[in-house]
This record gives sequence, structure tokens and C-alpha cells, in this order.
Amino acid sequence: MTTLSVSLTVNGKKVSADVEPRTLLVQLLRENLHLTGTHVGCDTSQCGACTVHVNGDSVKSCTILAAQADGADVRTIEGLAQAGVLHAVQEAFREHHGLQCGFCTPGMVMSSADLLVKNPNPSEHEIRTWLEGNICRCTGYHNIVKAVQHAAQTLRQTAQAAE
Amino acid sequence: MYAFDYTRPTSVADAVATLASDSDATVLAGGMTLIPTLKQRLAQPSQLVDLGALPGLAGIRREGDTLIIGAMTRHADVARSEIVAAALPALAALADGIGDAQVRHRGTIGGSIVNHDPAADYPSAVLGLGATVVTDRRQIAADDFFTGLFATALEEGEIVTEVRFPLPKRAAYVKFPNPASRYAVVGVFVAETGSGVRVAVTGAGPGVFRAGNFEAALTASFTPKAVEGLVWSADDLNSDMHASAGYRAHLIGVLAKRAVATIA
Repeated sequence: MTTLSVSLTVNGKKVSADVEPRTLLVQLLRENLHLTGTHVGCDTSQCGACTVHVNGDSVKSCTILAAQADGADVRTIEGLAQAGVLHAVQEAFREHHGLQCGFCTPGMVMSSADLLVKNPNPSEHEIRTWLEGNICRCTGYHNIVKAVQHAAQTLRQTAQAAE
Repeated sequence: MYAFDYTRPTSVADAVATLASDSDATVLAGGMTLIPTLKQRLAQPSQLVDLGALPGLAGIRREGDTLIIGAMTRHADVARSEIVAAALPALAALADGIGDAQVRHRGTIGGSIVNHDPAADYPSAVLGLGATVVTDRRQIAADDFFTGLFATALEEGEIVTEVRFPLPKRAAYVKFPNPASRYAVVGVFVAETGSGVRVAVTGAGPGVFRAGNFEAALTASFTPKAVEGLVWSADDLNSDMHASAGYRAHLIGVLAKRAVATIA
């Protein structure tokens, strides 16, 4: 079987790998690049634990081929904190304990971070609707939604202070 | 997944040529249905012809009274397009209700209509608005495009390039979503178009179809009251773990009335 050479940017670093055409992006991230923060939950594109950003949009990395991400700018949970400082969404999940077992958390955080770029002031309904693609079997979502609301407030204040 | 080869052509002509030279090749658009299908080993294509590097196939524009959407335009782009919001808000709302945010960031209008899943949302808009499907070789009227369960009028190796929607006077789409998948258990697209009232139903049968008795009633009077008590036969409708045929038949009436109520 043929292999393909793919080159992409992951968390700001240029990486290349030779992969089979059927290699999924999540396999490239976890098995080639050892970025195991991105989880495989259902492997059927339902649970969202594998959510990463591809060119600034949240996608399920178990349902995109590595080959399709050739040339793309990919961000994973490992690339969210900057210079050792947690992203506001990560900090808010910690503050509000937006998790129990934590397995879905990387996907929840990546999905929420994408939401707050596109909609800095979402209503509770908009948060819950956006997170339909992320399934948590522990929390009942209550603290997750609180965390996203809190992160939205933090990010808005930071943006205001910068103006 | 079974192993396959992968090509990413940079022109529609190259994509068509590759498909013509290999009858076991399959087109990859957004992959939101195809990749899960491959993962379950329900398909074994020799190669995937990825349309993702054809920038000419993605985009939204308006020409007079026609809204034109490129086949590789993603649901999220339709949902948040100012052009679509102004020209055809029912279509923006439909796109915003497909799957979930992550799916809308990958899934495309072309992929959706070519797959013709009986529970997909987009086919109802294409049929309900009397759109024209443009391919690499011809134009196909919506009434001729959807031919049956997961089937369309496309020839082997034919690629959809864009969909042209004539702008209606008013239109609305209401669906009863499956709470897990967000696919339509039933969805009804109602439109008052330049060539009459059209009512297209998805989710209920083996493919999208028009509900003639609802169209006749709404032609006489475009009001929610006009469709009250109208019945669509459950005979040819789907029955599965999500809903019986009788329940789906009932939903057609309920959702048609709700759709009309939002625009009457």
C-alpha cells in the first residue's frame, strides 16, 4: 500500500509524517506525534472527545484523514496554554470543576474555546447547543456550562482591558 | 478501514478524469458520512478522490434572484453567511441545525445531496425550492435529481459543482430532530416560489418527496389553517426504532403547519 507524505502545523510547529491514506488525523496526533491529550472516545464521530482545531474550526479528529489535513494549521489541547499559563477556558473548567472523570474534557475545552472565538457572549442556550457534539457521561453538563460562561466573561474582560 | 489510495486533484477536470479511469474510486467531500462508513468497513473503494483542494467549488454568491452555493461549501459557512441570511434565511437556519458544530465545520452541501440520506436536511431545501443541481457536465432539476434511497440521477464519476436556488417569496424549514444524531425524524420544507407552492418532506420516506395534497391546500390558502386535518398516508413511510410510519405521517402534518405558521 502506498504511503503519503503529509506536512502540517501542529501547535505552531511544522511537522511531517509518512502515513497510509487511511490514517486518521487523531492517529497521526496520538501515535506519530505522541500528543495523547486528544482522546478517542467513541471512534464513531459522536462523542467529541477527539475535538481539535483545524484552521481555526473545531472538528472531530477521528473523522478526518491525516491526508485531508495536509497543509492545515492544527491546534490540540496541548497547544492551548501559552507560556505555562492556562487558557481561560482551561482555568474556568478547573475553577468550576467542569468535569468528573476528565475523559471528555480535552474535547469540551477545545470545542468551548472555538465557540468563544465565534461568539464571545453566548447565552446558556447557545452554549448547550454548541456543545451538542461533545458528550459527557459524568457531569450532567451543569458545571461545564458554568465554566464556559465564566471563561466567556474572563475573555471579554481581557479583550476590553486590551483596548 | 480497508486500505485505499488517495488523490487530491486541483481541478475538476482532473477529478473527473481520475474517476473515469477507476470505476471503484469514490469522491470524498466533507467525509462526515463517508469516513464513518469506511471505518465500519461498509464500503471498500479503491481510492478516494478528495475534492478538498478545489477552492472554486466552495463559495456563496447571489446573482439576481438566484442564490448559488458551491458544492464544497460547508454547513457552517452557509449558516453564518450574510448573503444567505439576507436572501434565504430558511436555508441558513437549516444549515445551522445539521448535526453538531464539528460536523458543520466539515460537512458540505454537495456531499449531503449526493449521499441523499433519507433523513438528511439539505435534500428538502433543494427539492422544496425547485433548485438546480449543476455538475461537471450538465444541469439537473431537483425534481429529477433525487431518485430513491441513497440514490440520485448522477452518472458514474459525475461531480456536483454547485446548487442554484431560485429565491422564493417566503420559505421555512421545520424538523423533528432525532435527539442523538440531529438527523430529521421528519423535516418539512415549505416554500412559496415563483412557480407555485412546494412542500418537500425528508426523514419520513425512502428519500425526499413532495407532498402534493399539502401543496394544493397551501396554493388555495397559504395559512396554517389550510393544512389542518390534512393527512399523508403512512403506507410508504419508514418505520424504525425512532418512530413508526404512522407517527411519521402525523409529524408531516404537524411540522408543515408549524413551518407555514412561521411565515404566513
